[in-house]
Amino acid sequence: MTLDALDTATKTALFEYLLRLGDDALILGHRLSEWCGHGPYLEEDIALANIALDCLGHANALLGLAGEVEGAGQSADDLAFFRDAIEFRNVQLVELPRGDFAFTIARQFLFSAYAHLLYEGLRESTFEPLAGIAAKAYKEVSYHLRHSSEWMLRLGDGTDESHRRTQQALNDLWMYTGELFEADDVLHALVEAGIAPDVPAARSRWKDMVTTVLEAATLQLPPEPPYMASGGRTGFHTEHLGHLLAEMQFLPRAYPDATW
Amino acid sequence: MDETTLLKAFEARVAAGEKIEPRDWMPERYRRQLVRMMSQHAHSEIVGMLPEGNWITRAPNLRRKMALLAKVQDEAGHGLYIYSATETLGVDRNDLIQELLDGKAKYSNIFNYPTLTWADIGVIGWFVDGAAIVNQTMLAKASYGPYARAMIRICKEENFHKKQGYEICVTLAKGTPAQRQMLQDAVNRWWWPTLMMFGPHDTESANSDELLRWKVKQKTNDELRQHFVNITVPQVHALGLTLPDPDLRYDEETGNWITGEIDWDEFWRVVRGHGPCNRERLRARRAAHEEGTWVREAARAYAAKQQRKTRPSNGVEVA
Repeated sequence: MTLDALDTATKTALFEYLLRLGDDALILGHRLSEWCGHGPYLEEDIALANIALDCLGHANALLGLAGEVEGAGQSADDLAFFRDAIEFRNVQLVELPRGDFAFTIARQFLFSAYAHLLYEGLRESTFEPLAGIAAKAYKEVSYHLRHSSEWMLRLGDGTDESHRRTQQALNDLWMYTGELFEADDVLHALVEAGIAPDVPAARSRWKDMVTTVLEAATLQLPPEPPYMASGGRTGFHTEHLGHLLAEMQFLPRAYPDATW
Repeated sequence: MDETTLLKAFEARVAAGEKIEPRDWMPERYRRQLVRMMSQHAHSEIVGMLPEGNWITRAPNLRRKMALLAKVQDEAGHGLYIYSATETLGVDRNDLIQELLDGKAKYSNIFNYPTLTWADIGVIGWFVDGAAIVNQTMLAKASYGPYARAMIRICKEENFHKKQGYEICVTLAKGTPAQRQMLQDAVNRWWWPTLMMFGPHDTESANSDELLRWKVKQKTNDELRQHFVNITVPQVHALGLTLPDPDLRYDEETGNWITGEIDWDEFWRVVRGHGPCNRERLRARRAAHEEGTWVREAARAYAAKQQRKTRPSNGVEVA
């Protein structure tokens, strides 16, 4: 299926969906890029920058496609740099400050396990441009999942301190994982059309993947929290996103008539 | 063989343009000069990540952001590569890094200057990487094989970085008046520090004679600086920019662009740790090292546990 074959309602839903995917990748890539030059090893500086680059590449492709689907002439850059926090559609998980290395790795692990399921399914999307992006992204998120899983093992089963920090990070992050598996009308419509995979239905697979690694890492699956964060998909964010965007968007906002 | 005979044979090999390899005999002075130069070079790559890294989260569009991130990532790779090459001389990377953190080892002065606007990112690519390429193209012919090979590899990427930087500058030069002003300001601030990258005048350079004789260097500081000036001045003029040097003039006879005198007081002050960002740069490196301690300990503890279990490691060794 190509763009021309989509009806207006599907296009509207697809635009929204692509913003979600693109914003997740953009904001996570931004957070990872903050590590550049500050990692615990040179090798890890390179690895985190590498993952950040992959994420920004996904964001560029997905937001570019979102602009095409919307058909209003917005480029990936327009969407990245000229929307405000309430218009961003990323999950709150990815906008949380990078924290210590355990927090960054635990977040990356939880997100990569989700992204692995997502892109695995998206490769089969009936919307060809999206299936194409997913085929490439799937290879990259597989690497991200391996990298973060290996670090979960080292940190969880390393020293008492690394174990404590990583368990703490997991516990702090858990309430932000619910959003990854939320379903709404946008998703239902696209699942129906064979454009998006039913990731919410795969939540137990995600939990199994996560549990297997956590067990090997001698870590505990956090208890279900009394409050699950929600709202990122409709523009309800944490207070961190506004600061992130202020930094990220400063130049194009300050010089709106300039090209770079 | 006694030392004198060995030295004679060594110098004959160098004179014949042969490469010296890690297992070959070499004078202790040669080895130490190389360790000094190469580790400084590696440190420069690492500290050099900071001024540019300062703009990754603020790059003005996705393409520039990815290019900058990839560039800074390359620099980490260059650092790793040169540390490895230095280790062939019988030193340990961790000791070298410790010397940097203790403020005992030097790194390129240029990274003690702040990046104030986006234009700085373009000008660093154009000027600073341009100067580094002039220097490294010479070092790619250095008599020590591992250093020369590292330089050949690194130069390829540096050339790409320079192109990216220049392209940023061209875009700004063709842009709005505010962008052109931003670019001119960056050129004004980076020009003299870039010229200082080639080191003191030949007459003031303590190590030069020995390094030239042993073909670690092929050209003097002043020769390299002149070459850089000659290729860069026309580029600056082509973009409609000026250089902050009232004495700059073209010498018909030699075909050289003659510059005014460098502020050597500033040069030595920054070398001795008193430039605009010396303290911040070292503080950032120390913070990364200290905050990463528990991570490195965890990786070591995990690797030891895996070894005790005598089963193959399922992770990449990082310790």
